[in-house]
Amino acid sequence: MTKQEALFSYTLRLGDNALILGHRLSEWSSKGPLLEEDIAMTNMALDLIGRADAMLKYAAQVEGKGRTEDDLAYKRGERQFLCNLIVQLPNGDFGYTIARQLIMSAFDICLYEELVKSKDETIAAISAKAVKEVKYHLKFATDWTLRLGDGTEESHQRIQKSFNDIWMYTGELFEMNEVDAILIKEGIAVDLNSLKARWKKIMTEVLLEATLTVPADTYMQTGSRKGVHTESLGYILAEMQYLQRAYPDAKW
Amino acid sequence: MESTNNLEKFQTIIDADTKIEPKDWMPEDYRKHLIRQISQHAHSEVIGMQPEGNWITRAPSLRAKLILLAKIQDEAGHGLYLYSACETLGISREELIDQLHTGKAKYSSIFNYAAITWADIGAIGWLVDGAAIVNQISLQRTSYGPYSRAMIRICKEESFHQRQGYEIMGKLALGTPEQKEMAQDALNRWWWPSLMMFGPHDSDSPHSGKAMTWRIKRESNDVLRQRFIDKTVQQAEVIGLKIPDDKLKWNEAKGVYEHGEINWEEFNQVINGNGPLNKIRLANHISAHENGAWVREAANAYAAKQKKEVLVA
Repeated sequence: MTKQEALFSYTLRLGDNALILGHRLSEWSSKGPLLEEDIAMTNMALDLIGRADAMLKYAAQVEGKGRTEDDLAYKRGERQFLCNLIVQLPNGDFGYTIARQLIMSAFDICLYEELVKSKDETIAAISAKAVKEVKYHLKFATDWTLRLGDGTEESHQRIQKSFNDIWMYTGELFEMNEVDAILIKEGIAVDLNSLKARWKKIMTEVLLEATLTVPADTYMQTGSRKGVHTESLGYILAEMQYLQRAYPDAKW
Repeated sequence: MESTNNLEKFQTIIDADTKIEPKDWMPEDYRKHLIRQISQHAHSEVIGMQPEGNWITRAPSLRAKLILLAKIQDEAGHGLYLYSACETLGISREELIDQLHTGKAKYSSIFNYAAITWADIGAIGWLVDGAAIVNQISLQRTSYGPYSRAMIRICKEESFHQRQGYEIMGKLALGTPEQKEMAQDALNRWWWPSLMMFGPHDSDSPHSGKAMTWRIKRESNDVLRQRFIDKTVQQAEVIGLKIPDDKLKWNEAKGVYEHGEINWEEFNQVINGNGPLNKIRLANHISAHENGAWVREAANAYAAKQKKEVLVA
Protein backbone atom coordinates (compact mmCIF):
# COMPACT_ATOMS: atom_id res chain seq x y z
CA MET A 1 0.00 0.00 0.00
CA THR A 2 1.36 3.42 -0.95
CA LYS A 3 1.13 6.48 1.27
CA GLN A 4 -1.39 7.96 -1.11
CA GLU A 5 -3.61 4.87 -0.95
CA ALA A 6 -3.38 4.90 2.83
CA LEU A 7 -4.33 8.57 2.98
CA PHE A 8 -7.28 8.00 0.67
CA SER A 9 -8.52 5.17 2.85
CA TYR A 10 -7.98 7.18 6.04
CA THR A 11 -9.87 10.24 4.82
CA LEU A 12 -12.70 8.00 3.62
CA ARG A 13 -12.86 6.45 7.06
CA LEU A 14 -13.13 9.86 8.75
CA GLY A 15 -15.54 11.20 6.13
CA ASP A 16 -17.79 8.14 6.18
CA ASN A 17 -18.10 8.17 9.96
CA ALA A 18 -19.22 11.79 9.87
CA LEU A 19 -21.55 11.22 6.94
CA ILE A 20 -23.38 8.22 8.33
CA LEU A 21 -23.65 9.52 11.89
CA GLY A 22 -24.92 12.80 10.45
CA HIS A 23 -27.44 10.87 8.37
CA ARG A 24 -28.73 9.07 11.45
CA LEU A 25 -29.03 12.31 13.43
CA SER A 26 -30.82 13.98 10.54
CA GLU A 27 -33.50 11.31 10.81
CA TRP A 28 -34.53 12.93 14.10
CA SER A 29 -35.95 15.96 12.28
CA SER A 30 -39.57 16.43 13.45
CA LYS A 31 -39.21 13.52 15.87
CA GLY A 32 -37.42 15.12 18.81
CA PRO A 33 -38.91 15.05 22.33
CA LEU A 34 -38.78 18.86 22.41
CA LEU A 35 -38.45 21.39 19.62
CA GLU A 36 -35.16 22.56 21.17
CA GLU A 37 -33.79 19.02 20.93
CA ASP A 38 -34.96 18.71 17.35
CA ILE A 39 -32.89 21.78 16.55
CA ALA A 40 -29.88 20.48 18.48
CA MET A 41 -29.91 17.14 16.66
CA THR A 42 -30.19 18.68 13.20
CA ASN A 43 -27.48 21.11 14.23
CA MET A 44 -25.14 18.22 15.01
CA ALA A 45 -26.19 16.54 11.76
CA LEU A 46 -25.24 19.73 9.93
CA ASP A 47 -21.81 19.83 11.57
CA LEU A 48 -21.19 16.18 10.77
CA ILE A 49 -22.34 16.30 7.16
CA GLY A 50 -20.31 19.48 6.71
CA ARG A 51 -17.27 17.64 8.04
CA ALA A 52 -18.03 14.70 5.73
CA ASP A 53 -18.26 17.09 2.80
CA ALA A 54 -14.83 18.55 3.57
CA MET A 55 -13.22 15.20 4.28
CA LEU A 56 -14.63 13.48 1.19
CA LYS A 57 -13.65 16.42 -0.98
CA TYR A 58 -10.12 15.93 0.26
CA ALA A 59 -10.34 12.16 -0.23
CA ALA A 60 -11.35 12.71 -3.85
CA GLN A 61 -8.43 15.06 -4.31
CA VAL A 62 -6.00 12.58 -2.75
CA GLU A 63 -7.31 9.81 -4.97
CA GLY A 64 -6.73 11.99 -8.03
CA LYS A 65 -9.08 10.14 -10.36
CA GLY A 66 -11.44 13.00 -11.05
CA ARG A 67 -14.12 11.88 -8.62
CA THR A 68 -15.94 14.42 -6.44
CA GLU A 69 -17.13 14.32 -2.83
CA ASP A 70 -20.60 13.53 -4.15
CA ASP A 71 -19.29 10.62 -6.24
CA LEU A 72 -17.73 9.22 -3.10
CA ALA A 73 -20.86 9.71 -0.99
CA TYR A 74 -23.42 8.70 -3.57
CA LYS A 75 -21.77 6.20 -5.85
CA ARG A 76 -19.90 3.77 -3.66
CA GLY A 77 -21.50 0.50 -2.62
CA GLU A 78 -21.85 -1.05 0.83
CA ARG A 79 -18.47 -2.80 0.83
CA GLN A 80 -16.60 0.35 -0.13
CA PHE A 81 -17.75 2.33 2.91
CA LEU A 82 -15.36 2.51 5.85
CA CYS A 83 -17.52 3.95 8.63
CA ASN A 84 -17.64 2.21 11.99
CA LEU A 85 -20.55 -0.11 12.72
CA ILE A 86 -21.75 2.03 15.63
CA VAL A 87 -22.67 5.01 13.45
CA GLN A 88 -24.87 2.82 11.26
CA LEU A 89 -27.05 1.52 14.08
CA PRO A 90 -30.70 2.58 13.88
CA ASN A 91 -31.55 5.50 16.18
CA GLY A 92 -33.68 3.56 18.65
CA ASP A 93 -35.27 5.80 21.26
CA PHE A 94 -33.87 9.20 22.25
CA GLY A 95 -31.77 7.58 24.98
CA TYR A 96 -30.17 5.16 22.54
CA THR A 97 -29.24 8.03 20.23
CA ILE A 98 -27.79 9.93 23.19
CA ALA A 99 -25.75 6.90 24.31
CA ARG A 100 -24.31 6.51 20.81
CA GLN A 101 -23.67 10.25 20.61
CA LEU A 102 -21.80 10.35 23.90
CA ILE A 103 -19.61 7.44 22.80
CA MET A 104 -18.90 9.04 19.43
CA SER A 105 -18.44 12.60 20.67
CA ALA A 106 -16.04 11.43 23.39
CA PHE A 107 -14.15 9.46 20.75
CA ASP A 108 -14.16 12.37 18.31
CA ILE A 109 -12.85 14.86 20.84
CA CYS A 110 -9.93 12.53 21.62
CA LEU A 111 -9.29 11.90 17.93
CA TYR A 112 -9.62 15.39 16.52
CA GLU A 113 -7.70 17.12 19.29
CA GLU A 114 -4.77 14.95 18.21
CA LEU A 115 -5.41 15.29 14.48
CA VAL A 116 -5.12 19.06 14.81
CA LYS A 117 -1.39 18.31 15.08
CA SER A 118 -1.36 16.15 11.93
CA LYS A 119 1.41 16.88 9.45
CA ASP A 120 -1.24 16.81 6.74
CA GLU A 121 -2.41 20.42 6.61
CA THR A 122 -5.86 19.69 5.25
CA ILE A 123 -6.59 17.09 7.90
CA ALA A 124 -5.28 19.47 10.56
CA ALA A 125 -7.51 22.29 9.30
CA ILE A 126 -10.66 20.16 9.10
CA SER A 127 -9.84 18.83 12.57
CA ALA A 128 -9.51 22.31 14.04
CA LYS A 129 -13.06 23.09 12.93
CA ALA A 130 -14.25 19.66 14.09
CA VAL A 131 -12.87 20.20 17.61
CA LYS A 132 -14.97 23.32 18.09
CA GLU A 133 -18.09 21.50 16.98
CA VAL A 134 -17.42 18.28 18.86
CA LYS A 135 -17.02 20.16 22.14
CA TYR A 136 -20.63 21.21 21.79
CA HIS A 137 -21.76 17.70 20.75
CA LEU A 138 -20.02 16.23 23.77
CA LYS A 139 -21.66 18.75 26.07
CA PHE A 140 -25.07 18.03 24.59
CA ALA A 141 -24.65 14.26 24.92
CA THR A 142 -23.20 14.61 28.44
CA ASP A 143 -26.05 16.84 29.64
CA TRP A 144 -28.65 14.44 28.33
CA THR A 145 -26.88 11.38 29.72
CA LEU A 146 -27.00 13.07 33.13
CA ARG A 147 -30.67 13.97 32.79
CA LEU A 148 -31.71 10.53 31.62
CA GLY A 149 -29.40 8.59 33.92
CA ASP A 150 -30.33 10.59 37.00
CA GLY A 151 -33.87 11.51 35.94
CA THR A 152 -36.70 9.04 36.50
CA GLU A 153 -36.54 5.30 37.16
CA GLU A 154 -37.76 4.68 33.61
CA SER A 155 -35.20 6.96 31.97
CA HIS A 156 -32.43 5.47 34.09
CA GLN A 157 -33.30 1.95 32.99
CA ARG A 158 -33.75 2.90 29.37
CA ILE A 159 -30.42 4.63 28.96
CA GLN A 160 -28.55 2.01 30.97
CA LYS A 161 -29.92 -0.64 28.62
CA SER A 162 -28.87 1.48 25.63
CA PHE A 163 -25.28 1.72 26.89
CA ASN A 164 -25.27 -2.01 27.62
CA ASP A 165 -26.58 -2.88 24.16
CA ILE A 166 -24.30 -0.54 22.25
CA TRP A 167 -21.09 -1.17 24.18
CA MET A 168 -19.95 -4.08 22.01
CA TYR A 169 -19.57 -1.66 19.10
CA THR A 170 -17.02 0.54 20.89
CA GLY A 171 -13.98 -1.73 20.55
CA GLU A 172 -13.94 -1.29 16.81
CA LEU A 173 -13.39 2.46 17.07
CA PHE A 174 -9.81 1.80 18.16
CA GLU A 175 -8.90 -0.89 15.60
CA MET A 176 -5.95 -0.14 13.36
CA ASN A 177 -4.56 -1.67 10.18
CA GLU A 178 -1.86 -1.03 7.58
CA VAL A 179 -3.40 2.37 6.79
CA ASP A 180 -2.73 3.55 10.33
CA ALA A 181 0.74 2.05 10.43
CA ILE A 182 1.81 3.92 7.29
CA LEU A 183 0.27 7.24 8.26
CA ILE A 184 1.39 7.20 11.90
CA LYS A 185 4.95 6.86 10.65
CA GLU A 186 4.39 9.96 8.48
CA GLY A 187 2.99 11.95 11.38
CA ILE A 188 -0.38 12.18 9.63
CA ALA A 189 -2.57 9.78 11.60
CA VAL A 190 -3.04 9.20 15.31
CA ASP A 191 -2.18 6.01 17.17
CA LEU A 192 -5.70 5.04 18.25
CA ASN A 193 -4.35 2.99 21.15
CA SER A 194 -3.14 6.20 22.69
CA LEU A 195 -6.68 7.62 22.76
CA LYS A 196 -8.29 4.74 24.57
CA ALA A 197 -7.47 5.71 28.15
CA ARG A 198 -8.75 9.26 27.75
CA TRP A 199 -11.91 8.07 26.01
CA LYS A 200 -12.56 5.57 28.79
CA LYS A 201 -11.97 8.26 31.41
CA ILE A 202 -14.54 10.61 29.83
CA MET A 203 -17.08 7.80 29.52
CA THR A 204 -16.54 6.62 33.08
CA GLU A 205 -16.83 10.08 34.59
CA VAL A 206 -20.03 10.91 32.74
CA LEU A 207 -21.68 7.55 33.36
CA LEU A 208 -20.84 7.53 37.06
CA GLU A 209 -22.11 11.07 37.52
CA ALA A 210 -25.28 9.99 35.73
CA THR A 211 -25.62 7.17 38.32
CA LEU A 212 -25.07 4.62 35.54
CA THR A 213 -22.82 1.58 35.37
CA VAL A 214 -20.02 1.44 32.82
CA PRO A 215 -20.66 -1.77 30.85
CA ALA A 216 -17.96 -4.43 30.98
CA ASP A 217 -15.66 -4.80 27.97
CA THR A 218 -16.70 -8.27 26.85
CA TYR A 219 -16.99 -9.47 23.27
CA MET A 220 -16.53 -6.69 20.72
CA GLN A 221 -17.95 -6.51 17.20
CA THR A 222 -15.65 -5.92 14.26
CA GLY A 223 -15.75 -5.60 10.48
CA SER A 224 -15.96 -2.02 9.25
CA ARG A 225 -12.25 -1.62 8.50
CA LYS A 226 -12.73 -4.43 5.96
CA GLY A 227 -16.01 -3.03 4.66
CA VAL A 228 -18.08 -5.70 6.42
CA HIS A 229 -20.97 -3.71 7.82
CA THR A 230 -24.33 -3.95 9.59
CA GLU A 231 -27.46 -4.71 7.56
CA SER A 232 -28.55 -1.13 8.24
CA LEU A 233 -25.92 0.41 5.99
CA GLY A 234 -27.55 -0.97 2.85
CA TYR A 235 -30.82 0.74 3.72
CA ILE A 236 -29.07 4.01 4.54
CA LEU A 237 -27.33 3.98 1.17
CA ALA A 238 -30.45 2.89 -0.72
CA GLU A 239 -32.19 5.97 0.61
CA MET A 240 -29.28 8.39 0.48
CA GLN A 241 -28.11 7.43 -3.01
CA TYR A 242 -31.52 6.97 -4.63
CA LEU A 243 -31.63 10.09 -6.83
CA GLN A 244 -28.01 9.90 -7.93
CA ARG A 245 -28.45 6.24 -8.86
CA ALA A 246 -31.86 6.68 -10.52
CA TYR A 247 -30.75 9.61 -12.70
CA PRO A 248 -27.07 8.96 -13.39
CA ASP A 249 -26.83 11.71 -16.03
CA ALA A 250 -28.44 14.42 -13.97
CA LYS A 251 -26.68 17.21 -12.11
CA TRP A 252 -28.30 18.54 -8.94
CA MET B 1 -61.98 46.38 32.46
CA GLU B 2 -63.05 46.76 28.87
CA SER B 3 -64.41 50.26 29.46
CA THR B 4 -65.00 52.49 26.47
CA ASN B 5 -62.23 54.65 27.81
CA ASN B 6 -59.69 51.81 27.70
CA LEU B 7 -60.77 50.79 24.24
CA GLU B 8 -60.46 54.32 22.95
CA LYS B 9 -57.03 54.73 24.48
CA PHE B 10 -55.98 51.40 22.98
CA GLN B 11 -57.18 52.43 19.53
CA THR B 12 -55.30 55.71 19.82
CA ILE B 13 -52.07 53.83 20.51
CA ILE B 14 -52.73 51.54 17.54
CA ASP B 15 -53.57 54.44 15.24
CA ALA B 16 -50.34 56.18 16.20
CA ASP B 17 -48.53 53.02 15.02
CA THR B 18 -47.03 52.46 18.47
CA LYS B 19 -46.45 48.80 19.32
CA ILE B 20 -48.53 47.08 21.96
CA GLU B 21 -46.29 45.28 24.47
CA PRO B 22 -47.13 42.25 26.66
CA LYS B 23 -47.81 44.25 29.84
CA ASP B 24 -49.97 46.87 28.12
CA TRP B 25 -53.73 46.76 28.46
CA MET B 26 -55.40 45.09 25.48
CA PRO B 27 -58.96 44.05 24.65
CA GLU B 28 -59.65 40.37 25.27
CA ASP B 29 -60.54 39.88 21.60
CA TYR B 30 -57.21 41.36 20.53
CA ARG B 31 -55.42 38.88 22.79
CA LYS B 32 -57.49 35.97 21.49
CA HIS B 33 -57.00 36.97 17.89
CA LEU B 34 -53.25 37.17 18.40
CA ILE B 35 -53.04 33.83 20.19
CA ARG B 36 -54.98 32.24 17.35
CA GLN B 37 -52.88 33.84 14.64
CA ILE B 38 -49.41 33.55 16.22
CA SER B 39 -49.96 29.96 17.34
CA GLN B 40 -51.24 29.03 13.90
CA HIS B 41 -48.12 30.60 12.50
CA ALA B 42 -45.88 28.73 14.98
CA HIS B 43 -47.60 25.41 14.30
CA SER B 44 -47.21 26.04 10.56
CA GLU B 45 -43.46 26.44 10.95
CA VAL B 46 -43.26 23.20 12.90
CA ILE B 47 -45.62 21.07 10.80
CA GLY B 48 -43.95 22.59 7.72
CA MET B 49 -40.75 20.79 8.73
CA GLN B 50 -42.36 17.46 7.81
CA PRO B 51 -42.79 17.70 4.03
CA GLU B 52 -39.22 18.95 3.64
CA GLY B 53 -37.81 16.71 6.34
CA ASN B 54 -39.02 13.75 4.35
CA TRP B 55 -36.30 14.57 1.77
CA ILE B 56 -33.28 15.19 4.03
CA THR B 57 -32.04 11.61 3.83
CA ARG B 58 -32.57 11.55 0.04
CA ALA B 59 -31.17 14.97 -0.90
CA PRO B 60 -29.16 14.39 -4.09
CA SER B 61 -25.88 16.09 -3.12
CA LEU B 62 -24.07 16.87 0.11
CA ARG B 63 -24.49 20.58 -0.57
CA ALA B 64 -28.24 20.20 -1.13
CA LYS B 65 -28.48 18.15 2.05
CA LEU B 66 -26.65 20.76 4.11
CA ILE B 67 -28.80 23.58 2.79
CA LEU B 68 -32.02 21.65 3.38
CA LEU B 69 -30.98 20.75 6.91
CA ALA B 70 -30.11 24.36 7.67
CA LYS B 71 -33.44 25.50 6.29
CA ILE B 72 -35.47 23.04 8.33
CA GLN B 73 -33.49 24.02 11.39
CA ASP B 74 -34.38 27.66 10.74
CA GLU B 75 -38.03 26.70 10.59
CA ALA B 76 -37.82 24.96 13.94
CA GLY B 77 -36.18 28.13 15.24
CA HIS B 78 -39.01 30.25 13.83
CA GLY B 79 -41.45 27.96 15.59
CA LEU B 80 -39.60 28.64 18.83
CA TYR B 81 -39.65 32.45 18.51
CA LEU B 82 -43.30 32.37 17.64
CA TYR B 83 -44.21 30.08 20.54
CA SER B 84 -42.31 32.49 22.79
CA ALA B 85 -44.14 35.48 21.30
CA CYS B 86 -47.40 33.65 21.92
CA GLU B 87 -46.46 32.82 25.50
CA THR B 88 -46.20 36.55 26.24
CA LEU B 89 -49.98 36.59 25.82
CA GLY B 90 -50.45 34.33 28.83
CA ILE B 91 -50.66 30.84 27.33
CA SER B 92 -48.10 28.04 27.79
CA ARG B 93 -46.33 26.07 25.07
CA GLU B 94 -47.90 22.90 26.47
CA GLU B 95 -51.39 24.40 26.05
CA LEU B 96 -50.56 25.53 22.53
CA ILE B 97 -49.39 22.06 21.55
CA ASP B 98 -52.45 20.55 23.15
CA GLN B 99 -54.64 22.86 21.05
CA LEU B 100 -52.81 21.66 17.95
CA HIS B 101 -53.31 18.03 18.88
CA THR B 102 -57.00 18.41 19.65
CA GLY B 103 -57.61 20.34 16.43
CA LYS B 104 -58.57 23.56 18.20
CA ALA B 105 -55.56 25.31 16.67
CA LYS B 106 -54.83 25.10 12.97
CA TYR B 107 -51.72 25.33 10.86
CA SER B 108 -51.29 26.44 7.27
CA SER B 109 -53.15 24.00 5.02
CA ILE B 110 -50.37 23.98 2.45
CA PHE B 111 -48.45 21.51 4.60
CA ASN B 112 -51.15 18.93 4.13
CA TYR B 113 -49.97 18.44 0.56
CA ALA B 114 -47.35 15.79 -0.16
CA ALA B 115 -43.74 16.48 -1.17
CA ILE B 116 -43.44 13.52 -3.51
CA THR B 117 -40.39 14.34 -5.63
CA TRP B 118 -37.16 16.27 -5.07
CA ALA B 119 -38.58 19.06 -7.24
CA ASP B 120 -41.24 19.56 -4.59
CA ILE B 121 -38.47 20.72 -2.26
CA GLY B 122 -37.68 23.36 -4.85
CA ALA B 123 -41.34 24.27 -5.25
CA ILE B 124 -41.89 24.54 -1.51
CA GLY B 125 -38.94 26.89 -1.07
CA TRP B 126 -39.79 28.96 -4.10
CA LEU B 127 -43.58 29.12 -3.88
CA VAL B 128 -44.57 28.30 -0.31
CA ASP B 129 -41.79 30.28 1.33
CA GLY B 130 -42.20 32.91 -1.38
CA ALA B 131 -45.85 33.31 -0.46
CA ALA B 132 -45.06 33.25 3.24
CA ILE B 133 -42.50 36.05 2.83
CA VAL B 134 -45.00 38.34 1.15
CA ASN B 135 -47.29 37.86 4.11
CA GLN B 136 -44.54 38.11 6.70
CA ILE B 137 -42.99 41.27 5.28
CA SER B 138 -46.37 42.86 5.72
CA LEU B 139 -46.59 41.47 9.27
CA GLN B 140 -43.31 43.10 10.29
CA ARG B 141 -45.49 46.17 10.85
CA THR B 142 -48.09 44.31 12.91
CA SER B 143 -49.20 46.12 16.05
CA TYR B 144 -48.11 43.56 18.65
CA GLY B 145 -44.43 44.16 19.53
CA PRO B 146 -43.22 40.58 20.15
CA TYR B 147 -44.94 39.34 16.98
CA SER B 148 -43.53 42.17 14.91
CA ARG B 149 -40.00 41.55 16.18
CA ALA B 150 -40.31 37.79 15.51
CA MET B 151 -41.40 38.61 11.95
CA ILE B 152 -38.44 40.91 11.34
CA ARG B 153 -36.05 38.15 12.40
CA ILE B 154 -37.90 35.49 10.44
CA CYS B 155 -38.02 37.52 7.22
CA LYS B 156 -34.23 37.71 7.11
CA GLU B 157 -34.02 33.93 7.01
CA GLU B 158 -37.00 33.34 4.75
CA SER B 159 -35.48 35.20 1.85
CA PHE B 160 -32.60 32.68 1.93
CA HIS B 161 -35.18 29.88 1.88
CA GLN B 162 -36.93 31.24 -1.12
CA ARG B 163 -33.64 31.56 -3.02
CA GLN B 164 -32.75 27.99 -2.06
CA GLY B 165 -36.02 26.73 -3.53
CA TYR B 166 -35.69 28.79 -6.66
CA GLU B 167 -32.13 27.55 -7.13
CA ILE B 168 -33.29 23.93 -6.98
CA MET B 169 -36.03 24.65 -9.52
CA GLY B 170 -33.62 26.50 -11.76
CA LYS B 171 -31.14 23.62 -11.75
CA LEU B 172 -33.89 21.14 -12.56
CA ALA B 173 -35.43 23.31 -15.24
CA LEU B 174 -32.08 23.58 -16.99
CA GLY B 175 -31.19 19.92 -16.42
CA THR B 176 -32.09 16.71 -18.26
CA PRO B 177 -35.56 16.36 -19.83
CA GLU B 178 -36.59 14.19 -16.89
CA GLN B 179 -35.48 16.85 -14.43
CA LYS B 180 -37.31 19.57 -16.31
CA GLU B 181 -40.45 17.48 -16.31
CA MET B 182 -40.05 16.96 -12.57
CA ALA B 183 -39.79 20.74 -12.05
CA GLN B 184 -42.83 21.56 -14.19
CA ASP B 185 -44.85 18.84 -12.48
CA ALA B 186 -44.00 20.25 -9.05
CA LEU B 187 -44.98 23.76 -10.16
CA ASN B 188 -48.27 22.40 -11.52
CA ARG B 189 -49.11 20.79 -8.20
CA TRP B 190 -47.94 23.57 -5.84
CA TRP B 191 -49.09 26.69 -7.70
CA TRP B 192 -52.74 26.72 -6.75
CA PRO B 193 -52.28 25.61 -3.14
CA SER B 194 -49.70 28.42 -2.81
CA LEU B 195 -52.28 30.99 -3.95
CA MET B 196 -54.69 29.56 -1.39
CA MET B 197 -52.17 30.29 1.37
CA PHE B 198 -53.32 33.93 1.39
CA GLY B 199 -56.78 32.83 2.48
CA PRO B 200 -60.23 33.57 1.07
CA HIS B 201 -60.99 36.59 -1.10
CA ASP B 202 -61.36 39.77 0.93
CA SER B 203 -65.12 39.64 0.43
CA ASP B 204 -65.22 36.22 2.17
CA SER B 205 -62.58 36.67 4.87
CA PRO B 206 -64.22 36.23 8.29
CA HIS B 207 -61.34 37.40 10.53
CA SER B 208 -60.10 40.40 8.60
CA GLY B 209 -62.33 43.23 9.88
CA LYS B 210 -61.06 43.73 13.42
CA ALA B 211 -57.60 42.48 12.52
CA MET B 212 -57.23 45.42 10.14
CA THR B 213 -58.65 47.94 12.64
CA TRP B 214 -56.22 46.72 15.26
CA ARG B 215 -53.42 46.63 12.71
CA ILE B 216 -52.61 43.02 13.45
CA LYS B 217 -53.03 42.53 9.75
CA ARG B 218 -51.84 45.40 7.59
CA GLU B 219 -52.85 44.39 4.08
CA SER B 220 -55.68 42.31 2.71
CA ASN B 221 -55.52 38.73 1.45
CA ASP B 222 -56.12 39.72 -2.17
CA VAL B 223 -53.53 42.49 -2.15
CA LEU B 224 -50.88 40.15 -0.79
CA ARG B 225 -51.86 37.35 -3.18
CA GLN B 226 -51.58 39.70 -6.15
CA ARG B 227 -48.12 40.83 -5.03
CA PHE B 228 -46.99 37.19 -4.87
CA ILE B 229 -48.37 36.36 -8.31
CA ASP B 230 -46.76 39.38 -9.94
CA LYS B 231 -43.27 38.58 -8.71
CA THR B 232 -43.52 34.81 -9.21
CA VAL B 233 -44.77 34.79 -12.80
CA GLN B 234 -41.62 36.57 -13.91
CA GLN B 235 -39.41 34.20 -11.94
CA ALA B 236 -41.05 31.22 -13.68
CA GLU B 237 -40.39 32.80 -17.08
CA VAL B 238 -36.69 33.24 -16.29
CA ILE B 239 -36.21 29.50 -15.77
CA GLY B 240 -38.53 28.48 -18.58
CA LEU B 241 -41.38 26.99 -16.56
CA LYS B 242 -45.06 27.56 -17.26
CA ILE B 243 -47.52 28.70 -14.59
CA PRO B 244 -50.45 26.24 -14.78
CA ASP B 245 -53.14 28.87 -15.34
CA ASP B 246 -54.57 29.37 -18.83
CA LYS B 247 -56.28 32.56 -17.77
CA LEU B 248 -53.11 34.19 -16.55
CA LYS B 249 -52.43 37.38 -18.48
CA TRP B 250 -50.79 40.75 -18.00
CA ASN B 251 -53.21 43.62 -17.51
CA GLU B 252 -51.35 46.63 -18.83
CA ALA B 253 -53.82 49.17 -17.47
CA LYS B 254 -53.74 47.85 -13.89
CA GLY B 255 -50.09 46.79 -14.00
CA VAL B 256 -50.86 43.35 -12.57
CA TYR B 257 -51.39 39.78 -13.73
CA GLU B 258 -54.98 38.59 -13.98
CA HIS B 259 -55.42 35.00 -12.90
CA GLY B 260 -57.95 32.18 -13.10
CA GLU B 261 -60.38 31.25 -10.37
CA ILE B 262 -59.03 29.45 -7.31
CA ASN B 263 -60.72 26.16 -6.39
CA TRP B 264 -62.22 27.20 -3.05
CA GLU B 265 -63.94 23.85 -2.67
CA GLU B 266 -60.51 22.21 -2.44
CA PHE B 267 -59.34 24.93 -0.04
CA ASN B 268 -62.29 24.33 2.28
CA GLN B 269 -61.90 20.57 2.14
CA VAL B 270 -58.21 20.74 3.10
CA ILE B 271 -58.91 23.25 5.90
CA ASN B 272 -61.59 20.96 7.23
CA GLY B 273 -59.25 18.01 7.52
CA ASN B 274 -59.67 16.33 4.15
CA GLY B 275 -56.33 17.20 2.56
CA PRO B 276 -54.01 14.43 1.41
CA LEU B 277 -51.97 14.39 4.62
CA ASN B 278 -53.86 16.23 7.40
CA LYS B 279 -54.20 13.11 9.49
CA ILE B 280 -50.67 11.89 8.91
CA ARG B 281 -48.99 15.23 9.68
CA LEU B 282 -50.87 15.55 12.94
CA ALA B 283 -50.35 11.89 13.87
CA ASN B 284 -46.59 12.32 13.33
CA HIS B 285 -46.53 15.33 15.63
CA ILE B 286 -48.58 13.57 18.29
CA SER B 287 -46.44 10.45 18.08
CA ALA B 288 -43.16 12.42 18.44
CA HIS B 289 -44.66 14.26 21.40
CA GLU B 290 -45.84 11.05 23.08
CA ASN B 291 -42.58 9.21 22.38
CA GLY B 292 -40.74 12.09 24.01
CA ALA B 293 -42.86 12.15 27.17
CA TRP B 294 -40.45 9.98 29.18
CA VAL B 295 -37.56 12.24 28.11
CA ARG B 296 -39.34 15.41 29.22
CA GLU B 297 -40.30 13.75 32.51
CA ALA B 298 -36.69 12.76 33.07
CA ALA B 299 -35.50 16.30 32.34
CA ASN B 300 -38.02 17.72 34.83
CA ALA B 301 -37.11 15.16 37.48
CA TYR B 302 -33.41 15.87 37.02
CA ALA B 303 -33.96 19.63 37.18
CA ALA B 304 -35.96 19.22 40.39
CA LYS B 305 -33.16 17.15 41.97
CA GLN B 306 -30.57 19.76 40.99
CA LYS B 307 -32.67 22.51 42.52
CA LYS B 308 -33.02 20.53 45.73
CA GLU B 309 -29.26 19.99 45.89
CA VAL B 310 -28.67 23.71 45.50
CA LEU B 311 -31.15 24.42 48.31
CA VAL B 312 -29.52 21.85 50.60
CA ALA B 313 -26.06 23.19 49.85
